[in-house]
Amino acid sequence: MTDQTEKPMTATALLVLGCPEVPVQQALALHIAYNFRKRGTIVHATGNPAVLNLLKVSDPEKRYLQETQVLEKCIGEIVEKKRDCELCIVFSHSDAGITYAATMRHLLPTARLVVIIFGKDPEPLAALIEFPCEKIVEKAVHNPMQLRKKVNEVFGWAA
Amino acid sequence: MGCIENLKYEKILPLGASFKECREYVEKNFQEFWYVDPGYKLFDEYIIGLPPIALGIDGARIIFPYTKPCHGTYLLAIEDAEEAARVRKTARKKK
Repeated sequence: MTDQTEKPMTATALLVLGCPEVPVQQALALHIAYNFRKRGTIVHATGNPAVLNLLKVSDPEKRYLQETQVLEKCIGEIVEKKRDCELCIVFSHSDAGITYAATMRHLLPTARLVVIIFGKDPEPLAALIEFPCEKIVEKAVHNPMQLRKKVNEVFGWAA
Repeated sequence: MGCIENLKYEKILPLGASFKECREYVEKNFQEFWYVDPGYKLFDEYIIGLPPIALGIDGARIIFPYTKPCHGTYLLAIEDAEEAARVRKTARKKK
């Protein structure tokens, strides 16, 4: 059963993952994938080979993430109009993450863009964002609980 | 990474430079510079970044930002007269 107050379902969601050096990212990525999947949304995850391998090892039967793709290939498919999504969620804990979010904003102008800014010092990073998007900002490195709470609020999921 | 790793390049700014620093460096240090948007193809790679992305040209050298998820953005230069000519034809002068 899903929460009656949650927001309308999205058909396709793209998770853009940053460098896997901050542990909460993987937990949150699987949490988000699980919640979307159980509501019928197709979730596609993209990132560098290291972050994708971490997810594949954690989810060997692909219960949460069915589709993964390296970042360069995913961006290429979006540019070439072979891939689209209604929702794009970008994980950012560095300047590089903000750069990827800005790229997704430009390439996916009609998609809902949610940028999750986390890590040791997320506020200065959040201040770099000057493009339209929804921001979830939380100081989080090892403990995902507060960030999970904010993610659940944004997507209208019960805790 | 993609094919850029296989090309002979020179690092102009080291890994960890911010995207903004790269753009400002190109605008201040190269007489000829052009602007493109994310998704512009350069050396067979789709360039990413905060639009507008500044590309410098110095003779046949193209100076451009390149972002790696784990390290950030750095500015590099690759010499390729054909690609420089293509940038001059397809990029724009105005931000």
